Amino acid sequence: MAVFPSTAAAEAEGRIRKPRTRAGRDDATRGPNSRTQKAAYVFIAPIGLGFLVFYIWPMIQTFGYSFTDFGPFGGNTWIGGDNYARVLQDVTVWRAIGNTLLYGAIGLVTLPLSIAVAALLNRRGLRGVGVYRALYFIPFVTLPVAVGLVWNWLYNGNFGLLNEVLSWFGMSRHFWASDPSSALWAIGLVAVWQSVGYYLIIFIAGIKGIPQDYYEAAELDGAGPVRRFFTITLPLLSPSIFFAAVICVINSLQMFDLIYVMMSPTNPALGSTQSVVSLFYQWAFQQNNQGAAAALAFLLMLLTAALTFLQFRLQKRWVHYA
Amino acid sequence: MRRRTFLAAALATTPLAAGCSTDSGSTTAGSRGRTTLAYGIWDPAQVPGMQQIIKAFERANPDISVEIQLTPWSSYWTTLRTAMRGGTAPDVFWMNAVNIQLYASNGVLEPLSSHIRQDRTPVGRHPKALRDIYAYDGRQYGLPKDFDTVGLWYNKALFDKAGVPYPDESWTWDDVRDAAHELTDPRTRVYGIAAEMDRQTKFYPTIFGAGGQVLREGRSGFADERAIEGLRFWTDLVDRGWSPPQSAMSEVRARNLYLSEQVAMNYDLSAMASFMYGTPAIKDHGGVAVLPKGRERATVIHGLANVISAKSRKKQAAWKFVDFMARHEAAEIQAKGGVTISSYAGTQDAWLKSMPEFDLQVFIDMLDDAAPYPSSRNTAVWEDLEYLLLGAPFSGKGGVERAARTLAEQMDRALDEEEN
Repeated sequence: MAVFPSTAAAEAEGRIRKPRTRAGRDDATRGPNSRTQKAAYVFIAPIGLGFLVFYIWPMIQTFGYSFTDFGPFGGNTWIGGDNYARVLQDVTVWRAIGNTLLYGAIGLVTLPLSIAVAALLNRRGLRGVGVYRALYFIPFVTLPVAVGLVWNWLYNGNFGLLNEVLSWFGMSRHFWASDPSSALWAIGLVAVWQSVGYYLIIFIAGIKGIPQDYYEAAELDGAGPVRRFFTITLPLLSPSIFFAAVICVINSLQMFDLIYVMMSPTNPALGSTQSVVSLFYQWAFQQNNQGAAAALAFLLMLLTAALTFLQFRLQKRWVHYA
Repeated sequence: MRRRTFLAAALATTPLAAGCSTDSGSTTAGSRGRTTLAYGIWDPAQVPGMQQIIKAFERANPDISVEIQLTPWSSYWTTLRTAMRGGTAPDVFWMNAVNIQLYASNGVLEPLSSHIRQDRTPVGRHPKALRDIYAYDGRQYGLPKDFDTVGLWYNKALFDKAGVPYPDESWTWDDVRDAAHELTDPRTRVYGIAAEMDRQTKFYPTIFGAGGQVLREGRSGFADERAIEGLRFWTDLVDRGWSPPQSAMSEVRARNLYLSEQVAMNYDLSAMASFMYGTPAIKDHGGVAVLPKGRERATVIHGLANVISAKSRKKQAAWKFVDFMARHEAAEIQAKGGVTISSYAGTQDAWLKSMPEFDLQVFIDMLDDAAPYPSSRNTAVWEDLEYLLLGAPFSGKGGVERAARTLAEQMDRALDEEEN
């Protein structure tokens, strides 16, 4: 029911004009908070602009380039879907996608590892927790290039530390990072080693958020530490695990830096370790074929979106929001 | 440092600009009396040498100054391509065999043939095989500055220990095999030779030595019996255990194995001489010989060239600089620097004498048997295929013949794509 029917009716008939000043309209449509809202937009503008300029716009451009024959010095010509046809027919692409999914699978090993370490580090009365956390976190903040170089020495078939240690147990020398049968696993292991620290932080925070009452109640009921872990910690940690799983899969699909550092172009294992992103790099920046590379990048985006979507669908089955 | 040069140039320009605004040297865009050229290079080791040449050039051409733009090798080509698109590329820059045809065919380089005729640039003093690399479609696009050939480096101490006579110009591939066998000693983990999967120093020379070709009239030569013979020379050595497998040499390059006296023989570039000279053990008992004969004696030659950007607005001055660099005086300065062999005939003496312990003359002798480094319009594509497909046979997994034929097929496909 209109409070001032006469005014409303007059307005509807167009007899009275509503004031058209800016402030007036804002006040009428958005209420008294509009100034705060404006301020908010001003404050997020820098990051928003950065996001538009450095993420959204290049994404649109890449999508555009994927339909062109990209001239090395300008002069792109429209070729329709040819790049996509080429990418889908290329054996190396499918091989790279297979490798990338394998990296993703290996990457997921990080989660149980980090959960286990997080649970251990959260035990009451553990001394030097800060030191342990720092030790686990250091690999994550170390440059991937440095990590790759150091691990290359550890894996070295001639005088690597790993072979040295294995030889104490009577194992013969092996070229871990140069043998096609082991190289992908070797790189995947480094990626896992490097990222445990990151997920550890997430899980420690998650475990800290679980109320102690549950544990006390369980203890009174006679549940041992293992039982407590599986029936309290794990289910209540599931939102964190879900978040970590999404991030982990996305990161693994973007595997590039370790491959770039650890695999020289003359490495016989190169073909069996190449990921989609390293193939993208090779096409775009070594073979001057930015058009096909853009198509490849776009396909990777679709793959990432699909896997993430799948995870969001599946979360309903196993994630408990307490 | 770059800013300082810029300031110096600016300061030097001001009085000139005021005094001689009607200077006759107005062929250049600036026409304010003094032109500044940007010179793009990638090797920091050659900066001092290049600077000396620039000094000499500026003395001869007081109205032109040259500023070096150093870009690391790893990003040189991407940076250059981006700069070309944006119109900020250096006026003069270094070019290599892999990229020359890509640049020349896209019209981003200034053709030099008419300039060469007009100014009688002594191009004949540079090796023909090298000049050919920088000619495209009947026109010369680059003038060589230096070159590299491949020689057989060997370790005299290891040869003495095994009682094998040193390699000389009479050696054939059989002699290499015999020596590699004799020199291999599993107990001390010493190998006779390093059969590394490397195109320039290893399998291109032997493919040519077997009478094969990498590229023949725009098609791949890898499926050819002769080319396969050239590849098999190396994979055999791995199969017999006289060379470490490629998996080992992707972790420690053959060059380093040679320097640490773990391999007795290694095919390597002339440019590595100063590097070897700096390693005490190798300086004392390292030697070098011409490459042994297969069906014929052959090596591959590669060298850098100076080219001019077609988008440069100072082409006249740029040509003067490139012309100067292709002449005797500049070559002499470069040779004294000792980093590379100058490609100008007769200026190599300084380089030869700089390392008296090595018989570097062999690299000059090999010029007669040198084939140009093979390249096409998009060389990088099939070069990537080479390593991808030959890795297994070079690691002792066999199948070199099949790998070579697959390589030829895929390479032909890549060459077809270039045509469009």
